Amino acid sequence: MTMDDAPAERVGILVPAGMLGAGFAEETVERGLTLGADVIAVDGGSTDSGPHYLGASVPKTTAAAVARDLRILLKAAARACIPLIVGSCGTSGTDSGVDWVADIVAGIQAEEHLTLNVARVYSEQDTSLLKQHLDGGRVHALPPLGELDAETLESCTHIVAMMGHEPIVAALAAGAQVVLAGRATDTAVAAAVPLMKGMPAGPTWHASKVVECGGQCTTNPRSGGVFATIDAGGFTIEPLDPAVACTPRSVAAHMLYETANPFQMREPAGTLDVHEATYRAVDERTVRVEGSRFHLADQHTVKLEGARITGYETMSFSAIRDPHILADIEAWAALLRTVLEQRVEQTLGLRADAYAFDVRLYGYNAVLEELDPAAGPPREVGVMLLVNAPDQATATAIAKIANPLMLHLPTADMEYLPSLAFATSPAETERGPAYAFVLNHVVDTHTPTDMFRLALQEAPHHG
Amino acid sequence: MAETTLADLAHEIRSKNAGPFWVTLELFMRDEDGYRIAADPDLLNERTIAELYHVEESAVALYRIPSLNVVKISFPRPVTQGSLKDRDIHAGQHHVPLALLPVPN
Repeated sequence: MTMDDAPAERVGILVPAGMLGAGFAEETVERGLTLGADVIAVDGGSTDSGPHYLGASVPKTTAAAVARDLRILLKAAARACIPLIVGSCGTSGTDSGVDWVADIVAGIQAEEHLTLNVARVYSEQDTSLLKQHLDGGRVHALPPLGELDAETLESCTHIVAMMGHEPIVAALAAGAQVVLAGRATDTAVAAAVPLMKGMPAGPTWHASKVVECGGQCTTNPRSGGVFATIDAGGFTIEPLDPAVACTPRSVAAHMLYETANPFQMREPAGTLDVHEATYRAVDERTVRVEGSRFHLADQHTVKLEGARITGYETMSFSAIRDPHILADIEAWAALLRTVLEQRVEQTLGLRADAYAFDVRLYGYNAVLEELDPAAGPPREVGVMLLVNAPDQATATAIAKIANPLMLHLPTADMEYLPSLAFATSPAETERGPAYAFVLNHVVDTHTPTDMFRLALQEAPHHG
Repeated sequence: MAETTLADLAHEIRSKNAGPFWVTLELFMRDEDGYRIAADPDLLNERTIAELYHVEESAVALYRIPSLNVVKISFPRPVTQGSLKDRDIHAGQHHVPLALLPVPN
């Protein structure tokens, strides 16, 4: 099997799910093959679950769930002789995330006697090279962040650059049948093959945006995947599950999802513009989209993501049911904060600016705090104490100092010590290092591929 | 009688991160009448959103999309995602102040 890059009349993209490891029905992939898929594309990551996964370089999904999905997809790709592309491997797209998925793929290839060429496209960045870009004036801030300094780059535990379609196309052109990409835009994994086969950029990027979350663009977001066909004049899209529909409304609405601007979306190579896109029902479950445009940028850019350690956290959790305390829970929480700071200074000699903590009143206003439009005494409240300190031992010491307070702190008018409801024993849980995203910057590239590294592995031989 | 809120006139009102540094909210109104109310600049504008969410008015972007009966709002995340003070990692529950906003009779 080789990747045929001759111009095509149309290109079919099979997206089995919004996220590798999320699961899908095997027959939906079969259906996508019979519809004429030219590529299977799936996203393997996101920043949406927070900076931990990049900062610590660990996947969010469990290996068994990723392996279950990959086994079906690898067998389907091998049988149909079409490429399989996985983006943002290992959740954050770090080098070890790519290797983690590659190891799972290698295990499945051996078990299933598959012989597919696997390419790894690494996207992790070397700090000293990024500093050269910074010194050369080639790094620019995206709002709301300000200009970057070298110290911020040096503080990151991991930095990845988000590739566009170009490094994936390069891997396919080099003979890869499976492309395991580091951090990539959600759309690039779907756009690579259509662009390689000469499909127009506007419909390709628009279709790729619509399919990136799988069934999210259908009338039943839990149904699994979607199938898009791109041609010279636009694209058509339908769900893989025959019982589910795409409607002009569900497809148009997906341009809104997780994007700040509903009409324009920046990719490394340029900007997708759907201002003049039209959405028309072909039948009761298939939609035709035309009029999408793509404006090539004067300067190709890639976006950086980086995370650094902000401290070490320890969590404690207790609960209150006593209506007397709940009648003025804010006063109780304020007293807890005050007494805790006093006790930490008495025992550890730490002033309040040497550490940080958050007291969250679940059941009262933990989620929205001062933005919460509702009021009134709650029936019960879970009290979460989250401590952040420069080292783990200090964070845990502070949580332990809080322990008798979270067990027995009375309100000002109580003449006895209440006993509150700890959820677990021990009450404290060490959370390890805490991370923050600190980069939201783009780099002007020399070429679309030079910040990414391709490692092509010959097909395995099974004896 | 309880007052009517935007939620009463909508299919769905949702919020979500748009990358680690932005929050975006969408009101999918049930029909054109509901859309007219949500799209009325006297009810929802950059200033009312800034007050509702304690953010800078100049940072609020508001899009009215009549073809979908949708109003979409984006602003920079007031609390860094995943930080000690972030109580909603996906910003998925931040639609509620908007959803419970009373509409004029």
